[in-house]
Amino acid sequence: MQKFTTLTSPVIPLNLDNVDTDMIIPAQHLKSVSKLGFGEHVFSALRKMYPDFILNQPAYNTGKILLSKANFGCGSSREHAVWAIQQYGIQAVVCSSFSDIFFNNAAKNCLLLISLPEETISKWIDASLADNTLAMTIDLEAQKISFMGETHSFKYDTFRKHCLINGLDDLDYLLSQEKDITTYEQKHCNLSR
Amino acid sequence: MAQNIINKIWHSHVVQSKPDFPDTLYIDRILLHEVTSAQAFAELKQRGIQIRNKQNLLATVDHSIPTDKNRAVIADEIARTQVDTLRANCKETGVTIYDIESSHQGIVHVVGPELGFTLPGTTIICGDSHTSTHGAFGALAFGVGTSEITHAMASSCILQDKPKTFKVEFKGMPNQYFTAKDAILKLISVIGIGGGKGCVIEYAGEYIRSLSMEGRMTICNMSIECGARAGLVAPDTTTFAYLQGRQYAPQGDAWEQAKTGWNALVSDAGASYDHEIMIDIEGAGPMLTWGINPEHAIALSGQTPALDAGGDRATLEKAYAYTGLTPGQSLKGTPIDFAFVGSCTNGRIEDLRAVAKILDGRKVSSRVTMYIVPGSEQVMAQAQAEGLDKIFIAAGADFRMPGCSMCLAMNPDKVPEGKRCVSTSNRNFIGRQGPNSITHLASPQTTAASAVLGFIASEESL
Repeated sequence: MQKFTTLTSPVIPLNLDNVDTDMIIPAQHLKSVSKLGFGEHVFSALRKMYPDFILNQPAYNTGKILLSKANFGCGSSREHAVWAIQQYGIQAVVCSSFSDIFFNNAAKNCLLLISLPEETISKWIDASLADNTLAMTIDLEAQKISFMGETHSFKYDTFRKHCLINGLDDLDYLLSQEKDITTYEQKHCNLSR
Repeated sequence: MAQNIINKIWHSHVVQSKPDFPDTLYIDRILLHEVTSAQAFAELKQRGIQIRNKQNLLATVDHSIPTDKNRAVIADEIARTQVDTLRANCKETGVTIYDIESSHQGIVHVVGPELGFTLPGTTIICGDSHTSTHGAFGALAFGVGTSEITHAMASSCILQDKPKTFKVEFKGMPNQYFTAKDAILKLISVIGIGGGKGCVIEYAGEYIRSLSMEGRMTICNMSIECGARAGLVAPDTTTFAYLQGRQYAPQGDAWEQAKTGWNALVSDAGASYDHEIMIDIEGAGPMLTWGINPEHAIALSGQTPALDAGGDRATLEKAYAYTGLTPGQSLKGTPIDFAFVGSCTNGRIEDLRAVAKILDGRKVSSRVTMYIVPGSEQVMAQAQAEGLDKIFIAAGADFRMPGCSMCLAMNPDKVPEGKRCVSTSNRNFIGRQGPNSITHLASPQTTAASAVLGFIASEESL
């Protein structure tokens, strides 16, 4: 996994509440038996329906930080939604709130999610829609996020922070415990078949 | 300090525990099926990681396969890809797969126990929420997502926060028509679909002790329907009698040694739990669901709830609109179109025997299509050996090949639009058995009696 310490990037302002996982990755793209190839389909239905959708605008669509509103990631539990966002190149999603399942799926895949107060989010979305050159900086170590000359603190889970900063996903973290696992297995050999 | 069985199993499987970090939990058994495993294999391959203990994995096909005699031919392209991918992955990695015609293929939660792969005190995961079934053996068994399957395949561990513990004790003697299915529906109707959230349930009490392994599996199976992460029953002589001599169960001296260990799993006297509840089943009779989730269960002798009976009114209104029923009515006598016996909840030999007992010498109503789907090839063979298949066929039921079948509308077996089905499965969600189909969850006995009469009825009405 890529380590996440600080990130400075233009933002993709998605001015919507309740962005659901069907919008993020429509069901017809779930047929794959691999975990790759979802990035190109991210928000595909919205991109098709609305020519001026934010991801169709070259001034915005290379951002690595997605900015959206409340209850992001609601609906179906599909983990593909997280994979699609990541494979598109987005490294962090900043919203006023996230759905529980999406939050957990994101954590398992090292997609950084940051929640901020609604007023801040609304203001930032408006500002970035008005000026596509504005960049955002996220400092995960210090748990600070800066935009438009303002800096805010954000809360983040201790374990998830450890993983992101060290570039470990859950699997890397588990594999880093190889010695402990082997010791455990030696003590409990009666359990194996 | 006195410990309950849930904590005993948990603590004996913690590889690493740090404050503010999830526990690293050792996983003894990983069960695989065709729908949720492909991406796990793909990721390991992509990252160049080997399966850590492939002898701890066991795969079969169940969810998306057809259940007709010609089931080897899968018309649906996605289903075929899923099944072929699992076959190829198992072949490539050396994971044991019980494929169709292996004599052990079946619903993963039926196959694990009947092979003795499911053992007391083990931790078991599978990419399916009904993995809790295996808890009947005193195992800690729960459903996980594809990521966690990947983790366990690679490291034999997953990351988990320690669950809360919840003791459910059934108290009293029910009437003769009450079954394990009725017990679990009763519990869910009392505590609700979120009543067990964040918890592992230990089912206890004299009633549980009196149940066969099949009955205990039915109860543990539906733990997830009240939101619990898992459910289990402490092992006892019934458990040991079921397991002894099964293919993967310990043999000889190892068996005796294992039994000593399993006896020590039982909750200590005075052990505490985060939550406890007593469910009174004194004199209770059959239950069934009327609405659109498993907590919408009532006694068959009772009436559907009033809109202001408690709970979310909007959900109740939606449920009545969907099922075409009205508040305060009896369900008895409601005409049905389909009857389904099968699934990981009630697709075992004991369930089929109970159904055969009712169908013997009777006919399925001409207005009803009845599917009887054995949970595994072993269940099917046993049913044939006992002549149950002949009884089913003589009664006019369709005795099919093993698989998940009509439980989840993921294969060709579906309840048609607008049709009403009494079903031994586990979920009565909107569209679960097919778009716009209506499901009433019930015991095999109630399902069979309703199939014969053509309307909702208990065995007692025959």
